[in-house]
Amino acid sequence: MTMKASTRQVDGVTIVDLSGRITLGEGSVILRDTVRDLLGKNQKKILLNLGDVSYIDSSGIGELVSAYTTVRNQGGDLRLLNLTKKVHDLLQITKLYTVFDVKDDETSAVKAFA
Amino acid sequence: MESTLDSVNRAEELANKLAAESGFDEDERHRIALAVREAAVNAVYHGNHYDPQKKITVGFESSGSALTVTIRDQGTGVVPEEVPDPLAPENLLRGSGRGIFLIRAFMDEVRFRTLDPGTEIILVKRRSAPPTASQNQTCRGPR
Repeated sequence: MTMKASTRQVDGVTIVDLSGRITLGEGSVILRDTVRDLLGKNQKKILLNLGDVSYIDSSGIGELVSAYTTVRNQGGDLRLLNLTKKVHDLLQITKLYTVFDVKDDETSAVKAFA
Repeated sequence: MESTLDSVNRAEELANKLAAESGFDEDERHRIALAVREAAVNAVYHGNHYDPQKKITVGFESSGSALTVTIRDQGTGVVPEEVPDPLAPENLLRGSGRGIFLIRAFMDEVRFRTLDPGTEIILVKRRSAPPTASQNQTCRGPR
């Protein structure tokens, strides 16, 4: 299943709904291009909704980290929403769960950007 | 198999299928398939650099006690000990370098062997329960 990304605005926060696989190749490129486009439009409050992401590999993890550092370096913030168990486990094992601000409720996640 | 992402996806799919037939549960199948994917990515990307003249070989062997996966490339070789620790604080925010770490985390045994040319990685996942007769099989992908 290829990855898809769609964006929507909620109270000044850009929510990116991702679905499919974030793996080396198309999935990682779509994530990178999506974040780059948002930053180009000065949309720097980004919430990645991973609820429908079924699979992620080390390249996908690297892409999440790169997105996080790129957004932070430009004065913005990037948070994660709705991790599946598989993605949660991967972030735990790679010690990145403590790096990312992870939420499981969209309303509180949006408020956290205020 | 060709040094392409299609081969990586195929190796992952085969690993998932054979792990299921070997009796591993869904969580273990995901870990095995991800480890095989990471090893295959290393082979086609870091080993063979997507060179169409170079191939990778993926072999599977399911015994009563374990699933063993062997992946070979024809690259210039790797020194896994030289890969920086991705859990070190100074490496935590790096955009790459987690593949071998995940392989080691998800498999019970990981061995590297230097070929001439290339590298072979052997991944072993042991079973926790005895298999049925149909769960003993060997499969080797085309070179």
